[in-house]
Amino acid sequence: MAAAATTTRPAVPLLKDELDIVIPTIRNLDFLEQWRPFFQAYHLIIVQDGDPSKTIKVPEGFDYELYNRNDINRILGPKASCISFKDSACRCFGYMVSKKKYVYTIDDDCFVAKDPSGKEINALEQHIRNLLSPSTPFFFNTLYDPYRDGADFVRGYPFSLREGVPTAVSHGLWLNIPDYDAPTQLVKPLERNTRFVDAIMTIPKGTLFPMCGMNLGFNRELIGPAMYFGLMGDGQPIGRYDDMWAGWCSKVICDHLGLGVKTGLPYIWHSKASNPFVNLKKEYKGIYWQEELIPFFQSATLPKECTTVQKCYIELAKQVKAKLGKVDEYFIKLADAMVTWIEAWDELNPPPGGKSTELPNGAAATK
Amino acid sequence: MALEHIDDSEVDIVIAALQSDLTSFLNAWRPLFSRFHLIIVQDPDLKGELKIPQGFDHRVYTKSDIDQVIGPTTSIVFSGYSCRYFGYLVSRKKYIISVDDDCLPAKDNDGNLTNAVSQHLANLTTPATPFFFNTLYDPFREGADFVRGYPFSLRSGVDCALSCGLWLNLADYDAPTQALKPEHRNLHYVDAVMTVPAGTLMPISGINIAFNRALVGPALFPGLKLTGEGKLRWETIEDIWCGMCVKVICDHLSIGVKTGLPYVFRSDKGNPIESLKKEWEGVKKMEEIIPFFQSVRLPRTVTTAEDCLLEMAKSVKDRLGGTDPLFARAAEAMVEWVKIWKAAGASHSTLGV
Repeated sequence: MAAAATTTRPAVPLLKDELDIVIPTIRNLDFLEQWRPFFQAYHLIIVQDGDPSKTIKVPEGFDYELYNRNDINRILGPKASCISFKDSACRCFGYMVSKKKYVYTIDDDCFVAKDPSGKEINALEQHIRNLLSPSTPFFFNTLYDPYRDGADFVRGYPFSLREGVPTAVSHGLWLNIPDYDAPTQLVKPLERNTRFVDAIMTIPKGTLFPMCGMNLGFNRELIGPAMYFGLMGDGQPIGRYDDMWAGWCSKVICDHLGLGVKTGLPYIWHSKASNPFVNLKKEYKGIYWQEELIPFFQSATLPKECTTVQKCYIELAKQVKAKLGKVDEYFIKLADAMVTWIEAWDELNPPPGGKSTELPNGAAATK
Repeated sequence: MALEHIDDSEVDIVIAALQSDLTSFLNAWRPLFSRFHLIIVQDPDLKGELKIPQGFDHRVYTKSDIDQVIGPTTSIVFSGYSCRYFGYLVSRKKYIISVDDDCLPAKDNDGNLTNAVSQHLANLTTPATPFFFNTLYDPFREGADFVRGYPFSLRSGVDCALSCGLWLNLADYDAPTQALKPEHRNLHYVDAVMTVPAGTLMPISGINIAFNRALVGPALFPGLKLTGEGKLRWETIEDIWCGMCVKVICDHLSIGVKTGLPYVFRSDKGNPIESLKKEWEGVKKMEEIIPFFQSVRLPRTVTTAEDCLLEMAKSVKDRLGGTDPLFARAAEAMVEWVKIWKAAGASHSTLGV
């Protein structure tokens, strides 16, 4: 009899009409050339940060829509204030305008990684696998993702918990330049992540984690409105906490709604080490504000009546204002921006059968 | 890696002998075990003398030793895999490593033999991080660190009490799972160690485990014996039961449990379909106890592993004892165990290890 499931993998659906790839950029999109075999079938949403008069050239052959700051201002009007400027946090505008069920977001300094056998990793395919298979947040499986080929639930894992829950987020990792904070970068400028950990796992319910936005997939229908990347960059006292903020908010909401968050594979190759001194300036306040934020998120509870992501998020915004407002008035601004974000999201994403808003698109592929 | 600052004399290796001839087992582990003292506990149901190759500093404990130390007990049964707990009891070392006698050293993805002993000790002597998940796994491993966004106040971590290793080849599946996929073997060597977050339950397998005896010793106990269980792991859940209690206790005491490396190579053994008949009881019992373990809380005033175990026993008796005599017996066994542990601790000089 043939050896078990490890030899033949069931085909992963491409989901090419159900997934958008959202890419924030301020420089260029040269990195897309290397991703072409994996990304070309998909629709791209480019969010151009910085100077809107600059033209960002998209490599030939990609189907895309591109939004610069002028587009964002035009589409959102006064609500555009919730979208960061001069920070990759602006990418969440792409989540808002997407019409697809799934989103994959990647940074423009991330390239295709190779697994230990030398084979190129199709990161998008792995994210799709992660998102299409259940998560197991209520009990830790010591052999990691039990739905993977070659794995299963271990002895002692309750059968009643083996169906799992829907997966809302797929958090991928990075080889080469690790995602360290500025102090760690300063102390270990030469450290590279060379360890390929061949695992995916569900982050247990009630456990927080630092969600990195460099290589991230999510089910927009399940958790999209919670993926607000906050107020960062120009005119803001903090940077490099955008994805962290979205990660803590969305994890609390996933835990409340019974949705799963996975982390682990796929890896991408992170090529650019940002300047640690610049990073330190951006992160500085975050490093000590974080000490207040973490207890806040760890103890945040949402009432039973919050049955949608939007309701959860508005409630969270209320709690941010009430409890974190005293840490710094930035959080009062942020709480307001969180509400603005949901209002904008709901305007741009009316429920099916409701009033549809005709959206002027950003620059299309033909330009 | 961590052996530089651990004395060999701080470690005992405890082996439950369920087979008489330990020659090939111990010879396979010789390069890794020979520098340590071995406590070999013979399954009281196993007749005859054990065959042990030369060159190991070891002591064998048999049924008569168990009877002598434990005395008459109605609630604790040391047969099969549970005999290892006697080894934990009589040890006087800070660290204990225990592997099943059908396990061999494993090879990593490059084909190199791995050192399960040094990996367990490295896990136990570096901090655990149960309060926040680090996405690059154990930040204290070479070449890793805490990632951006990890709160600085949580970076010193807590003591690691338990190191739960994994298994290549025959994974620790239950009988139904293995019976459905009889040819399935675990070939995935996952190069990671991580802390299992506080408040999260997990199945702790006794097949490949190490712990800090000073921190949690008494919390590893023989408590739950299924009727008709045999000498195959997938016919038992005593380690799973004990592991759930230990995890609750570790969470309460704010100490850590790590999982992942090291792997051992687990030899093929047994027929899962045959075991299915016995296993169903265990699977059913697991369902009954999950809500209990998810909600049990220990009083703040309880600060030692012994007292935690006594509190757990109380809760088990109150909340589960009425539903099934199996749990009432388990609660008695837990209380009895703490008594024995304290008595053994008081009279250790007479045991002469």
